[in-house]
Amino acid sequence: MRNALPLAVLLAGAIALPWAAEALGQPATIGLATRILCLGIAAASLNLILGHGGMVSFGHALYYGLGAYTVGILWEHFRLGEPIFGVIPGSNELLVTLPIAMLVAGVAAAVIGALSLRTSGVQFIMITLAFAQMGFFLFVGLKAYGGDDGLLVRRRNLVPGLDLRQPDQLYWLCLGFLVAWLFLQWRIVGSRFGRVLEGIRQNERRMAAIGIATYRYKLAGFVIAGMGCGLAGALTANELRFVSPDLMAWQKSGEIMVMVILGGVGTLLGPVVGAAALVGMEYVLGGITENWQFFLGPILLAVVLWAPGGIMGLLGRGARRG
Amino acid sequence: MSALVVEQLLNGLQFGIMLFLLAAGLTLVFGIMGVINLAHGSLFMVGAYAAALVAQASGHWWLGLLAGLAAAAATGMVVEVAVLRRLYARDHLDQVLATFGLILFFNQGITMLFGRQPLLVQLPPGFAGSIEIMPGLPYPSFRLLIIAVGLLVALGLYWLIQHTRIGMLVRAGATHRDMVRALGVDIRALYTVVFGLGALLAGLAGVMAGPVSNVQVGMGEQILILTFVVVVIGGIGSVRGALFGALLVGVTQTLLSGFVPGWLRQVMAGSEADALGAALSSMGVYVLMAVVLLVKPRGLFPAHA
Repeated sequence: MRNALPLAVLLAGAIALPWAAEALGQPATIGLATRILCLGIAAASLNLILGHGGMVSFGHALYYGLGAYTVGILWEHFRLGEPIFGVIPGSNELLVTLPIAMLVAGVAAAVIGALSLRTSGVQFIMITLAFAQMGFFLFVGLKAYGGDDGLLVRRRNLVPGLDLRQPDQLYWLCLGFLVAWLFLQWRIVGSRFGRVLEGIRQNERRMAAIGIATYRYKLAGFVIAGMGCGLAGALTANELRFVSPDLMAWQKSGEIMVMVILGGVGTLLGPVVGAAALVGMEYVLGGITENWQFFLGPILLAVVLWAPGGIMGLLGRGARRG
Repeated sequence: MSALVVEQLLNGLQFGIMLFLLAAGLTLVFGIMGVINLAHGSLFMVGAYAAALVAQASGHWWLGLLAGLAAAAATGMVVEVAVLRRLYARDHLDQVLATFGLILFFNQGITMLFGRQPLLVQLPPGFAGSIEIMPGLPYPSFRLLIIAVGLLVALGLYWLIQHTRIGMLVRAGATHRDMVRALGVDIRALYTVVFGLGALLAGLAGVMAGPVSNVQVGMGEQILILTFVVVVIGGIGSVRGALFGALLVGVTQTLLSGFVPGWLRQVMAGSEADALGAALSSMGVYVLMAVVLLVKPRGLFPAHA
């Protein structure tokens, strides 16, 4: 663990951020940082299949949106006091909504992955996009849950011992989930399962030749990534107190992918750094000029052309690619 | 067949032709250079804007057409030389990120130059009215023009690809890239020409789309995703597949959005039926694509053996 010290410093800094923001008179920064943490989980989960498994999913925002809508729909039924389909009661308890959000995203990922993983390459990119678009249009058409206007979640979910209406407490909760997710993913990548995924990324045919059922491993990775993104979406719904089909639009999938590549594909912290860089650039450039996208575009281009390892590559911590 | 069905079929054909103009360029670039170009929709937008602005300034729609074609082709070739040329050897991931950056750049650039207000485009003189194609069914003549132009382009592309030297290189490049290079063909110049041709067709689609729909920022991305669906259904690299896929997607999409809300209205309340019907018909083409890929993972007309 030669990286233990920098990681500890980084974590301490992240924990101290709300106090620093209060002290500097910038409390709005806490909300921004919470958004980065949520997107960081989403990007990290995509990195598991994209960076370690070589599966370029262009529909990852679907699971983000499904996680968010799970929280939104459970809240809506809790508010109205009507069970879903007359059976499942609504809820505003985070300890209930979060696992359900992950379950919903995981089941969706299992079905979509089982079908999509029969293809590969460009076709895989496009079929995952197609499924995400189906989900997007489905929620646009569901008038009962707001259609394309989206759904308000008036109050954040309840957690025993915490008051999520306080921005700093929500921030720490999200930070805790991010750290837990990164730890889990670090263990997965280092495990036998993770090595098999890495092998599939480098050469699927050889992995199959040594007797590994690659399809099952890829599907398992796909489902784990979907569940992680569902978690991120559920937290985002609490942060925004609003869900809409935009959360699963193809632009969102593109954004999450940009975060992974910007930060550094196949690195542990890269996706989180990428999320921070993209949201930060939006915020900083957006403060200078309303035409910030005009400058962001060429910056992304420059990263691709001259810094292929992303920000982590520039820092000398890029993954060694085989 | 009732007049309504014929009208919807023609609308679907016209939309399919529009998709074909975009998909033909995209599938060639995909198939030959192996590049996923998300910015193809930006070329469509550039063509539409150039045509609208020149037509407004000069008062001649046909001058606008020329300007749109020239602007799209020129932009495409500049983009190829300046950016995409460096991405051919990279993996799909880098291409997606780079061309995503290009989309942001073009969309915001157009917004800065011309604002967010959609531009209105007049119909070209002589094509402002409609023609009675069946008793009791007048149909806008401009839409018929789009169909005719698209079919001519399809014929022209067939001739270009099957019966000219450039076409031979394009076909060879799509299936045996390294061999073509080894035989001493200037592959860089060929790539630029093919990309320029694709951009020209995207620009043509943009010019034709102008009077039918609004010319505005983001118009490229709306149609781009459907174009990708067409390319993947048809089989990457196959122009024949692009034509077939485009007509299939265009007609499916138009018929679904024309008839599904009506059917739903018979079983549920009006506004809900409209919303759900619109959603279901938008989902339709993606279901179609998923089914095609599951049955034939390489598309209907795969170019690579």
